[in-house]
Amino acid sequence: MSDLLKYDLLGASKAIKAKEISSVEITNAYIEAIENTSSLGAYLELVKDKALEMAKASDENISKGKFRPLEGLPIGIKDMFCTKDIKTTASSKILDNFYPTYESTVTQNLWNDGAVMLGKLSCDEFAMGSSNETAAKGNVINPWLKIKKMSPGGSSGGSAAAVAARSALAATGTDTGGSIRQPAAFCGITGLKPTYGRCSRWGIVAFSSSLDQAGPLTRTVSDAALMLNSMASYDKKDSTSANLAMPDLMSYLGNSIKGKKIGIPKEYTQDGISDDIVKFYQKSIDWLKEAGSEIVPVSLPHTKYALPVYYIIAPAEASSNLARYDGVRFGERKEASSLDKMYEITRGEGFGDEVKRRIMIGTYVLSSGYYDAYYLKAQKVRRLIKEDFENGFKKVDFILTPSTPTTAFELGKKQDPLTMYLNDIFTVPASLAGLPGISLPVGLDQSGLPIGIQLIANAFDEAGLISTAHVLEKSANFNFIADGAAK
Amino acid sequence: MNENLKLKPGHIQGETGIWEMVIGLEIHAQVSSKSKLFSGASATFGAQANSNVSLVDAAMPGMLPVINEYCVEQAVKTGLALNAQINNISVFDRKNYFYADLPQGYQISQFTQPIVGEGEITIDVDDNNQTTIGIERLHLEQDAGKSLHDQHPTKSYIDLNRTGVALMEIVSKPDIRSPKEAGAYVKKIRSILRYVGSCDGNMEEGSLRADCNVSVRKAGEEFGTRCEIKNLNSIRFINQAIQAEAERQVEILEAGGEINQETRLFDTSSGETRSMRSKEDAHDYRYFPDPDLLPLEFTDSFVQGIKDQLPELPDFVKKRLVNEYGITPYDASILVEEKDFVAFYEQAATGGDGKLTANWMISELFGALKKENLLLSDSPISPETLRELISLITKGTISGKIAKDVFAEMMISRKKPSDIVEEKGLEQVSDDKEILKLIEKVIADNQDKVKDYLSGKDKLFGFFVGQVMKISQGKANPGLVNKILKEKLK
Repeated sequence: MSDLLKYDLLGASKAIKAKEISSVEITNAYIEAIENTSSLGAYLELVKDKALEMAKASDENISKGKFRPLEGLPIGIKDMFCTKDIKTTASSKILDNFYPTYESTVTQNLWNDGAVMLGKLSCDEFAMGSSNETAAKGNVINPWLKIKKMSPGGSSGGSAAAVAARSALAATGTDTGGSIRQPAAFCGITGLKPTYGRCSRWGIVAFSSSLDQAGPLTRTVSDAALMLNSMASYDKKDSTSANLAMPDLMSYLGNSIKGKKIGIPKEYTQDGISDDIVKFYQKSIDWLKEAGSEIVPVSLPHTKYALPVYYIIAPAEASSNLARYDGVRFGERKEASSLDKMYEITRGEGFGDEVKRRIMIGTYVLSSGYYDAYYLKAQKVRRLIKEDFENGFKKVDFILTPSTPTTAFELGKKQDPLTMYLNDIFTVPASLAGLPGISLPVGLDQSGLPIGIQLIANAFDEAGLISTAHVLEKSANFNFIADGAAK
Repeated sequence: MNENLKLKPGHIQGETGIWEMVIGLEIHAQVSSKSKLFSGASATFGAQANSNVSLVDAAMPGMLPVINEYCVEQAVKTGLALNAQINNISVFDRKNYFYADLPQGYQISQFTQPIVGEGEITIDVDDNNQTTIGIERLHLEQDAGKSLHDQHPTKSYIDLNRTGVALMEIVSKPDIRSPKEAGAYVKKIRSILRYVGSCDGNMEEGSLRADCNVSVRKAGEEFGTRCEIKNLNSIRFINQAIQAEAERQVEILEAGGEINQETRLFDTSSGETRSMRSKEDAHDYRYFPDPDLLPLEFTDSFVQGIKDQLPELPDFVKKRLVNEYGITPYDASILVEEKDFVAFYEQAATGGDGKLTANWMISELFGALKKENLLLSDSPISPETLRELISLITKGTISGKIAKDVFAEMMISRKKPSDIVEEKGLEQVSDDKEILKLIEKVIADNQDKVKDYLSGKDKLFGFFVGQVMKISQGKANPGLVNKILKEKLK
């Protein structure tokens, strides 16, 4: 393995700052790593020239004594982020050959802070999926097991696989119902979904506007803090963006959690969770106790409704958000004899099955006669789920849950959409409540696949989340490297 | 026929009796704003196709709407002027449908919680008829783009300049009962919009358009099934479309048929309405709150601030004109239609005969301007010259009849009326002796008619007056001519 790949984001930053390594060197190492791991299919687009150009600019900056928070650090970008003049497809055929003329706020923030762009990362089509199998260009392979092709999770499967395979120092993701946390768990890395409103949604291809939130996928909790520091910002161009300053997350690393109350929701310990995960969940509870925190049982009684509510609200919003992919102004158009036919063929051929399924569900639950029974009721239950958390956070500071009910599954094995949807059972509630959640690896199961544990914090308490996750990370001391990682 | 003459406006005589029209209007008024409702693109009319289009308007992936505060203020201002309830919390919804000139695939509108609730306005239908029309609601929404189907044999062209332009949809209650009332209602709304400055009211440029909901019923019965006539852009078309649609419905009902609730279009060349889409084909718009936008919330003090800056409204000015100048409420309602009418009128009427000034302005000046296709601001006759003309009449310098000639000359030459009178020697002859001379000449020239008159043919008196006026070239004071002629012909 190239020594350069051993650095995590924070380590690389320090080494670059100390001029031990240059940005061009580490960027070249990553470009090589991308090429060596190309069989995983994590990258949809590699922007080698741009990466080296940015790296050179960073090195020049450093030589002039300037240093930005992410100076010279090569990262990958989920294909849901619009990137100026770089193909952005949301892993969909309908956006094949779409080159935005604008840069999303989140990625612009990263470039402004000196990050170097390696390329665009695969994901489930329009971020709809939990296995990265709905991507138009095919699934991504989880780098953990070489003997079997496992799913990296989804929708940010490419991002998680790239970070785990060491073909990106860090990556951006988007999380609507678990799309950062679940793939992070499957790939043995850290994934942080901030509070809804922390990161601007401007320039991110919309899936479900009231749930979508960008966040980092990284090797460590410190790296997540470093990335989110740059990604988050109040943005007037996004009306749902929070006008609330985020403290410097780096200063919360190493804080003690003595006396902090950790909630264990009784509803999250149900059947269907693999034994290994139950074991490591208990271990995590013990570690946090040992670190001086108090373990408190909490109840989130409406948790059982979270999945059905999610699968009404997210498709409803998606059915409307995806109406703009109509072949009229951008993306693929199939010519036809009438406007309606053109829509039919363009959308029929442009969207994959899962996207079509969700558009149909969404259209159904919003149609007259069904709106009250589905969409409106789902919104009411969403409110109750949110209140569950509000009540819970009156008693505790953080809530600890498994990230997923199982570890990574084999690609192609979960054909039934409903079974697939169950993957998001632990991540969806926090999404519906708009709360920040982080998944970090705490161990391996018997087959050598990583296990992720999730911490959920109160709204806008990313700082507390980072402190607590950092403590758990130290205790777990997870230092395994994926089999398929770049050497 | 006689029965028809007795019909009230908005009534239709059918085989089975008299039918009454029930009309409700949805007015779409473009907010006078430099930029669009949710994007910074220019909202100017007449720009080159697709030049005023932002990434948001074109619905590029990842683009988000941001509310234009100025447009919100205009809606609140208009709501206040409509005496309506202002809702401090309102919600933007998505109205979903596919069309090539609707880039997002949905229109952002307000469905269940509009920014403005119920209100009412008073309209003047004619001299003795004032009525109140209820306002159901006013909401903000985006305009769609424009599809051009006649530019290419097989293709349609799309212009997105209008896409996202802010509209206020003002929905009336079904309180309107005749095409004439509908016209008066639109005029009143237009006038209020222009007074407060929230919409320029320009119907030719499409800044103001109306959808008309029309049904018919027998007096005292429940409302009938309505049809909606879409997108009417002049008061004349609104009149014609309502009349044609009501007649069509009466014909169907009297033949034992039923009205299908549907959307119809008015064909301006045939003067008929035709079906656009039936209820069965109606879109299911799948309204739901737009998750990209937070509910629109403002404080009472925000509303109060707008209220404090509200200008004088047409009703207020109308009352003042009636009180100060003694003109009829109906004349006043015409004068207050536009702010510059009032300004012109008040300048012309100050110190003069208010009623006469109003008559001259409404029937003569407005008529002449319309004929020449001129706006009042382009009028060759100024308030000062009109005032002078009126004073020449009231002082007896010229007769009303001569005044019309002078007026015509003023329209062409822009000269002062006194100059025209002097140049052309049009001053009224009010000298007894001069008039006597003229009368004597007429009598001398028409001895036979004098005999007839004296033998009892009284009607001939008018002939003599006419002759005197004729040889005086209309300048003789008609009152004096009458008086002296009567004495001479005793």
